[in-house]
Amino acid sequence: MPASDSGITKRVVLAAADIDRALTRIAHEILEANKGSRDLVLLGIPRRGFPLAQRLAQKIASVDPSVDPDLITGQLDVTMYRDDLRRNPTRSPLATQLPPSGIDDKVVVLVDDVLYSGRTIRAALDALADLGRPRAVRLAVLVDRGHRELPIRADHVGKNLPTSSRERVRVHLAEIDLIGGSAVNEVVIEDRA
Amino acid sequence: MKHLLSTQDLSARSALRLLDVAEEMAAVGEREIKKLPALRGRTVVNLFYEDSTRTRISFEAAAKRLSADVINFAVKGSSVSKGESLKDTAQTLEAMSADAVVIRHPASGAPARLAASGWIDASVVNAGDGTHEHPTQALLDAFTLRRHWARLGGMPSAGSTLAGMKVLIVGDVLHSRVARSNVWLLTTLGAEVLLAGPPTLLPVGIGSWPCTVFYNLDDALAQRPDAVMMLRLQAERMNAAFFPSTREYSRRWGFDDGRLALLDTMGLDDTVIMHPGPMNRGLEISSAAADSPRSTVLAQVRNGVSVRMAALYLLLSGDQRDEHDDQTDDPTALIPEGRTP
Repeated sequence: MPASDSGITKRVVLAAADIDRALTRIAHEILEANKGSRDLVLLGIPRRGFPLAQRLAQKIASVDPSVDPDLITGQLDVTMYRDDLRRNPTRSPLATQLPPSGIDDKVVVLVDDVLYSGRTIRAALDALADLGRPRAVRLAVLVDRGHRELPIRADHVGKNLPTSSRERVRVHLAEIDLIGGSAVNEVVIEDRA
Repeated sequence: MKHLLSTQDLSARSALRLLDVAEEMAAVGEREIKKLPALRGRTVVNLFYEDSTRTRISFEAAAKRLSADVINFAVKGSSVSKGESLKDTAQTLEAMSADAVVIRHPASGAPARLAASGWIDASVVNAGDGTHEHPTQALLDAFTLRRHWARLGGMPSAGSTLAGMKVLIVGDVLHSRVARSNVWLLTTLGAEVLLAGPPTLLPVGIGSWPCTVFYNLDDALAQRPDAVMMLRLQAERMNAAFFPSTREYSRRWGFDDGRLALLDTMGLDDTVIMHPGPMNRGLEISSAAADSPRSTVLAQVRNGVSVRMAALYLLLSGDQRDEHDDQTDDPTALIPEGRTP
């Protein structure tokens, strides 16, 4: 975390309306790729993947009224599966909550905010294998910023953001982030100039 | 956190973090595949200078569920009986690149000696030292109590404390490391602790402990505790007469059928009975009490694995820059990809 804001330039690349539009499009893409909502499960990766998964489920439910958004959404913690546990300060695992129907033979869509090195998704795939055997696994991300270190790509991308590795991409979601006392939805690129 | 030696120096923040991580570990225990790769390639040595079945297998199960390699070193029948010192044993373990040493020792302070000596670089976990402390037992007791207390309060146990809870610990406090560790930890977590036992089995200086002492079990029960923790009568540590007869002890200090019925009469429907095991049935606890729905004995054993997984995980993962992490208010303040290079 930066100690101060001095010397850091920030620019908003997605505002609240852009995020909403991107999620609407992703929701439609998911339904189209899956040919409907059958066997669909959305698993958000903490922390910001989970509210994104919930928003996507809401949008899917508004297109297909037979869907109960709570019954297709879950959270998948990947902390214990990371390959950098010994390189960083100890992380506390968060809860993994699967929908009541489980994930066996389902089409699982992993949902995360930013796709970067791909290592989180690798960990998520390992975690999934310990929980069950989905029929297929797809990946939806709000932002793909490039710089992949593993052969992983997203099926559904809100926005491709070419970045330099010096920059940081921060996603703020109203469910989690309060800035100056108010909830915000935005994607910001910070650059330590 | 590098070592886990006692609960006396455990901050409320660290204790809560341990219990919260243990909640997630408990969830793993309910899955079909009860295994996590977090400690793959790391070696945990169970170094037991005293007999113990449940603590050792609990640590072993915990380490294996985290994919660590486990070496069980029972001192009986080993070179230690040929006269090898703790230092030599420790240096042997160091040469075998042990990452954590779980040690049980009849001498109070042996784990602290091992941790402070510089003989070994591994994390040291105290699995019971003399009559001093048994921190993971206290943590599993606190975990069990917290789940009970949170359920009664209708809140999730993760993040909650024991504030407002009244816990009575009964029996051989003098020889009990479980009692000591529990007094410190439960107080740190906000519970009120009562102790009851015969004066001969209470340690000197107990007046300075953060708890109220009773010399009569029925007086203590009249305080309407939310949990009653019976201690094992540690006959193997008794080298003198501490009470006239076991029959008298059982009548005055045992949780017998009469006292079990008394809880109902008093309307204490939610009071649980705990015991760290192994139980002397018919002595400090009656079979009816041990097997009643109030008894948490088996839940304690189950929770022991989760708590020890949490302890091993927190000690062995990370690069020891924990202090930095401990200062963030948000324990979930991970650095997900996309945030920092």
